[in-house]
Amino acid sequence: MRVLAFARLRELLASGELTLELAAGARVSDAWRMLAARHGALEELANSTRFARNGQIVSCDTRLADGDELALLPPVGGG
Amino acid sequence: MAERTSSARLSARALRRYSRHLLIPEVGLTGQERLAAARVLVVGAGGLGSPALQYLAAAGVGRIGVIDDDSVDETNLQRQTIFSASDVGRNKAVAAAERLRGLNPLIAIDALPLRFGPDNARDLVRLYDTVLDCTDRFPTRYLISDACVLERKPDVYGSIFRFDGQVSVFGAEFGPCYRCLYPEAPPPGSVPSCAEGGVLGALAGVIGTWQASEALKLLLGIGEPLIGRLMLVDTLGANVRTVRFDRDPDCIACGARPTIGDRPLLVSDEEASTSDVPEVEADALDEVLRDAFLLDVREPHEAVLGSLDGAVQIPASQLEGRMHELDSARRYVVACRVGVKSLWAVTRLREAGFTRLQHLQGGLLAYAARHAEFDFF
Repeated sequence: MRVLAFARLRELLASGELTLELAAGARVSDAWRMLAARHGALEELANSTRFARNGQIVSCDTRLADGDELALLPPVGGG
Repeated sequence: MAERTSSARLSARALRRYSRHLLIPEVGLTGQERLAAARVLVVGAGGLGSPALQYLAAAGVGRIGVIDDDSVDETNLQRQTIFSASDVGRNKAVAAAERLRGLNPLIAIDALPLRFGPDNARDLVRLYDTVLDCTDRFPTRYLISDACVLERKPDVYGSIFRFDGQVSVFGAEFGPCYRCLYPEAPPPGSVPSCAEGGVLGALAGVIGTWQASEALKLLLGIGEPLIGRLMLVDTLGANVRTVRFDRDPDCIACGARPTIGDRPLLVSDEEASTSDVPEVEADALDEVLRDAFLLDVREPHEAVLGSLDGAVQIPASQLEGRMHELDSARRYVVACRVGVKSLWAVTRLREAGFTRLQHLQGGLLAYAARHAEFDFF
């Protein structure tokens, strides 16, 4: 599955785009946990980041399918 | 040309000035009259506010309010193109209003050198038709969104971080609000501000200009505004995407059972992170200073009109390198202009081992308001 990371998360993941191999029936929260296990710094944005599956913002419980695109959207506050 | 001079609201001079709008069928005379009758509030005259304000003023929006309690700093000039080098040290709302009046004398500008806060949010929003969120603080973003939900006004949102920008349009009658998108503010320090993390100057221009364009669409009633859609601008990859999002039925502001009441809710990163810092109220400062030192962390341009007698002056920007000048056995009351930078300074000093620290609530401005001889604003 293709993962797109924006703003602060792009920096923490050191990439704007990566691929994740998820088990069948995995949810958005599983994808996040997998990434957070590799990059501990993600933890501080765990509660405030939103997720868009195929262009629609969804809850953490949403199931993912092969071929989905998951965008990680941390809050951006500067002005 | 005869039909174009028959406007009840627009003078011949205005018709000439706005002719490139009048030529667009979607705007025309009716649309231009609508803009002339419109009132827009821009919260924050910084990186986003600079382009947004200039395009709204040039477009002929009849009344524009600009609110900002901050003053122009030299580091702002890299992106805040509404200001001249000679504006450094001046209040942003006042300096921006002056520039806008020069740009378009046919419109009215309200300069509001105040902080947009829970006490004035609803009253301010009520006076305008549309609000632009051009702030750089998360707590203010939630305040703007709540006030717009309560007053049923659209909230044209923009935000930036280094190379990434976001734009959307929130508003109760029009779709989801900011809290539907981001119900939870990030923990303090996890998302750097422009001052902390930096930002590409031109990105501020892109996002602020897009906000102006969305506001003009709303006022004109044309096109497809970014309602229920979040636009993501990635400057480095030169990609622009939009994602859809829905109203959250459990939203505490615009959901089925709102719990914020009739007042915008302050979700403050600063307050949350430093709630345990003992505060000194302006009225009590003289008393407290009999037994403590005042540490004035204002920058030199903010302190041009002096400080209190006996104050230790170390600008916040020099604090890291000059901490050795302080004695951790002493008691300090840390003060800045409005009481935000001082909280930051207290946090840094604590990390360095200082324990006897308090901060002046409301900053030296609050103190000055009670002492006529100390009039530096």
